[in-house]
Amino acid sequence: MTDTTIRPVAADRALLSRLRAWYSAETPNPAKRVQFNRPFTPWLFLLPQLAVVVIFFYWPSVQAVTSSFYIEDPFGFGATFVGMENYTDAVSSSQYAGTAFFTAFFCVVVTALSLGIGLLLAVKADKVIRGAATYKTLLISVYAIAPPVAGLIGMMFFDMHIGPLTDIAAFFGHDLRVGIDYWDTVFAVTIISVWKQIPYNFIFFLSGLQSVPVSVREAALIDAKSGWRRFMDVTLPLLAPTAFFLLVINITYAMFDTFPIFDVVVKDKPANNPITLVYKVYLDGFKGNDIGGSSAQSVILMVVVAALTVLQFRFLERRVHYG
Amino acid sequence: MQRIKPFDHLILILGALFLIAPVVMAIMSSTQNAIDIHTNGLYITPGSNAVATYGKVLTHKGGFTGDVTGLRMLMNSMIMGIGFAVGKIVLSMMAAYALVYFRFRFATLLFWMIFTTLLLPLEVRIMPSYQVMSTLGLLNSYTGLIVPLLASATGTFFFRQFFRSVPDEMLEAARIDGAGPFKFFIDILVPLSRTMMAAIFIIMFIYGWNQYLWPLLMTTDESFYTLMRGIKSILQVWIGSQIPDYNEAFALAVLAMVPPVAVVVIFQRMFIKGLTESDK
Repeated sequence: MTDTTIRPVAADRALLSRLRAWYSAETPNPAKRVQFNRPFTPWLFLLPQLAVVVIFFYWPSVQAVTSSFYIEDPFGFGATFVGMENYTDAVSSSQYAGTAFFTAFFCVVVTALSLGIGLLLAVKADKVIRGAATYKTLLISVYAIAPPVAGLIGMMFFDMHIGPLTDIAAFFGHDLRVGIDYWDTVFAVTIISVWKQIPYNFIFFLSGLQSVPVSVREAALIDAKSGWRRFMDVTLPLLAPTAFFLLVINITYAMFDTFPIFDVVVKDKPANNPITLVYKVYLDGFKGNDIGGSSAQSVILMVVVAALTVLQFRFLERRVHYG
Repeated sequence: MQRIKPFDHLILILGALFLIAPVVMAIMSSTQNAIDIHTNGLYITPGSNAVATYGKVLTHKGGFTGDVTGLRMLMNSMIMGIGFAVGKIVLSMMAAYALVYFRFRFATLLFWMIFTTLLLPLEVRIMPSYQVMSTLGLLNSYTGLIVPLLASATGTFFFRQFFRSVPDEMLEAARIDGAGPFKFFIDILVPLSRTMMAAIFIIMFIYGWNQYLWPLLMTTDESFYTLMRGIKSILQVWIGSQIPDYNEAFALAVLAMVPPVAVVVIFQRMFIKGLTESDK
């Protein structure tokens, strides 16, 4: 934290050497001390991956950016350049603002709940001896269930005729109407999304906990008798890198990977139902045929995700140094 | 320190119940018949209808979609899962090999070109990706289902890390023995990576199997439907029916979740290794 003042200079230098390294064969930090020195063979090995990346990543990404500046004729008679209009239209619409607000809210709630529960279960599973393997298997297995399947099972649980959770809500005097009432749907989608994500966080927290050396654990045990103190002063700081990594992953999960859950629960009827920004991109593009608007929204999302990922990588770089 | 702590167990049992109970109830309900479910709600005990329901879901044409059987969807999901995992391993091992073991011009540029793909998930460029696919005429094909998903560098990143951890002496020794780049790759590096390949295979199989949005857009021809796509159709049939076929929906859900869950449970150790080491 003391090197904040010299940071910009170092960053500049890093950028320059990076640029130089782009065309030179002599990288300052070769992956291996000894390497093959052939001009063509590596291209042969890289070609399949490069082809796939260029055709299915760069081409569509560039197309998303270009078509975000055009309004497509609904009858297919070409497109008109409109500059930033698609962006201003998207951002200034109240519907977009509402969706963006909901997405942020949803991200916070899903991330907080699934990280919290995952951590709690990991800490407990790390402690117990008896039955540890059974707990672990049970808690991990849900990871492999696909979001749409989770959505389908969740829908059944919240179903108005057969859903046990609807019955429980009715017992407490609440008429749970998922798919009709806005906040009831929010509730259902949140529960399903958290349910699906807990195993992932559990796996990472548990493997983080188990990589804490025995000597550190024993020292902590001598120093602090209270389990809570030990957790706050020793375990939690050691888990911080894992937690940060998971934070970013969970936010991306809540933003993108919950798409199928929304699709199953909302069933193409966004009328009075909560949707995320990605779902809106899909609806506007495929159902509403507003290609320009949908692309503009895609580009906005791209910037958000790219920023998140860069943040994550920066942090990981630092973590490697400490590790 | 080793005493039994009832409170810890209580939390773990509650957690396990929260996660597993819905799965168990889905499996149990899939063995009942639709009318019983409609009147009594979900079941926690097995019923006697299992053979009939699964038989119908697997073989009956037009159960939900009009033209495609569950068996066909199961096969398509298999092709998707295995095809994606194998494609990912082959492509990313080759690319990582070139990036780690060769000194050549533009290596760093190519490195960044490939790793930029980690920035953006497919979902954010879904609309233009669809347009590209239709331009290339790849809609309704296995190539179109699998190959575009390979355009992400997760596997390459993982194998790059692994290759870097392989001792330099390996290559030195191989070169003294006169091995060229191809021989070194096939005879030394690939066998060395066997465990890594298995771990990655598990993760990628689950990823491919569980794909939803992409198959949804790419396939209008029902003979290419995967189980995930089938789930979407089942819910569309639902709307407007008096007593929906809950049992069949559950059976389809069970079919869709059993293979990946089985893989995770059976290869648990390898799965955790693959997950925690590849996603970083």
